Amino acid sequence: MRALGALLVRDVRLAARAGGSAVLALAFFAAVVTLVPFGIGSDAKLLARVAGGVLWVAAVLANLLALDRLFQADYEDGSLDLLALSPLSFEGITVAKMTAHWLTTGLPLTILSPVLALLLNLPATAYTALIVSLLIGTPAVSAIGSVAAALTLSIRRGGLLFPLLVLPLLTPVVIFGAGAVLARLDGVENGAIWLLAAFSVAAVLLAPFVGAAALRLNLSE
Amino acid sequence: MFGYANPKRFMELSGRLLPWLGATTAILFAAGLYLSFTAPPDYRQGDTVRIMFIHVPAAWVAMMGYGFMALASLIGLVNRHPLADVAAKQAAPLGALFTALALITGSLWGRPMWGTYWQWDGRLTSFLLLLFLYLGYIALWNAIENEVRAAKAAAILALVGVVNLPIIEFSVQWWTTLHQGESIFRRGGPTISAVFLWPLFIMAAAYTLLFFTLLLVRMRTEILERRMRALALAANA
Amino acid sequence: MGARLRTVHYLEVADLACVRGGRAVFRDLSFRLARGDALIVGGPNGSGKTSLLRLLAGLLPPAAGTISISAEGTQIADREERAKFIGWLGHYDGAKPQLTPREALRFFARLYGTASDPSLLEVVGLSRSADLPCQYLSAGQKRRLALARLKLCGRPLWLLDEPLASLDASGKALLLNLLRDHLAGGGIAVIATHDPLDLDAARLPLT
Repeated sequence: MRALGALLVRDVRLAARAGGSAVLALAFFAAVVTLVPFGIGSDAKLLARVAGGVLWVAAVLANLLALDRLFQADYEDGSLDLLALSPLSFEGITVAKMTAHWLTTGLPLTILSPVLALLLNLPATAYTALIVSLLIGTPAVSAIGSVAAALTLSIRRGGLLFPLLVLPLLTPVVIFGAGAVLARLDGVENGAIWLLAAFSVAAVLLAPFVGAAALRLNLSE
Repeated sequence: MFGYANPKRFMELSGRLLPWLGATTAILFAAGLYLSFTAPPDYRQGDTVRIMFIHVPAAWVAMMGYGFMALASLIGLVNRHPLADVAAKQAAPLGALFTALALITGSLWGRPMWGTYWQWDGRLTSFLLLLFLYLGYIALWNAIENEVRAAKAAAILALVGVVNLPIIEFSVQWWTTLHQGESIFRRGGPTISAVFLWPLFIMAAAYTLLFFTLLLVRMRTEILERRMRALALAANA
Repeated sequence: MGARLRTVHYLEVADLACVRGGRAVFRDLSFRLARGDALIVGGPNGSGKTSLLRLLAGLLPPAAGTISISAEGTQIADREERAKFIGWLGHYDGAKPQLTPREALRFFARLYGTASDPSLLEVVGLSRSADLPCQYLSAGQKRRLALARLKLCGRPLWLLDEPLASLDASGKALLLNLLRDHLAGGGIAVIATHDPLDLDAARLPLT
């Protein structure tokens, strides 16, 4: 636990320091959301309708920014060898990495989302749904993204390949997440939040094992 | 160093099997296409129904191909059988091809039915995502230079994909009901009358055999290529 | 604190072979090192020095042969189990540009479950740059930090890959001191280098 905590703290610190990924992901999130009205027009009704979906898509894309380097940086500078030789298991390494990623990306994005929702004119009733769905759904993004990051850690231009690998796998998160917001807008109960929660729990529970398998194969060939 | 578990036997066996497989495929295609074009037009869809004979089997093979790829990946990972890795690798472009065919024929069918080439219909959308899964798999194989590592990484991706596929399918179905798009393509597909069943069935068999025929050809090519590379390396050393 | 060395009685390598990129790098390699023994592996570039160290560390699977250690009375052949006895000094030092040496050492102490020992920074001559982010450190200083980390982790079986690289004269002396200390304390070391190293050790030239 101490070793896991150590890696977690180090990764959070690296992401939070100047030049780290946390602030950049937030800025990217805000930039994408700001661009949308320029693309589709400033009609308040239209924006209110698409706000949930736009915020969700932007949040997923912003999440991907730091993900492809999640293991790669440690692989390239030799840190991953030192992690592999530490008492921490590969499963533990994956858990620490994906948790740190969520704490420095998913969580800040969730906190920033109401401000951006304001820009998109999201009706007041849907704010809770937006925040709760992001809070529940972004861990799944970090989890699935960690697995893909572990698979691609040796690829020099992995950042280009990365979205292709994860986007189909993340479709359910976007569907259920945006669906939960839409449900609140329409005042209906469609169970999206529960489906999202189930998906997220499964992803978070399975990811450490798949991620560890990917790390093992990358270190041992 | 490619110590595969006896590709020699595989080469012999597949070499003998291939002509028969090819011939059967051709016969089935001839029969299937003949029946497809002599079947009476559908009372509602007219001659458009004939696209179904091309579309539905392609969709079937597209899905089966992914299942096959995942199974081969599993065998490659667990039993470390390099032939399984080759099978999975070579199944992917074929699967992607059939998925693309299903998408194209689906949208061609959609034009007279929906009045538009693309409808965010649950099934077409699922196939679009399936295409992305195939492309991601192929891209991962190509991106990793070390062949053993590439095989294992791609295998893990295929397994993650196959576990996710039903969930993606479900979420997309769920999503289409959410947005209440008018769906002509009801769940379970448009009802099919019995005269269409035979051609459909034969075409499905023909497509399936075509998939495996092409797979064998591709696997043989790959094995020969690897052998050539090994010889070139040995000559170089 | 469990900072004390867990004892490795011996390291035994039998008929080891290594294959990289379809090419046999070496084969039929056998040796045995007991407590206090050091082995210096020499040979030209591409002769498999780094690969041998990675095999010993368990970071690579052997193409053939066995590597086993005897620790605390039991024979250990499992790769991931063996990893817990390895002190590693690789080509890259794993120094994060944003972290200071002090932070880096604290991190590794917690990661490896040993007591953090800030005086080590003094030992390796980094006390004046202890709070400077590593991006401002020279290659030699980063190497010194890696030496401090190696010492700190308290592992009994050291595997050092070109440890002299980018070290100045006093750095080289420091390395030798640390090594002699380690061996005198019952540790084992395998050192891959093509520089001369003034150490009482067995030699293994790879070709």
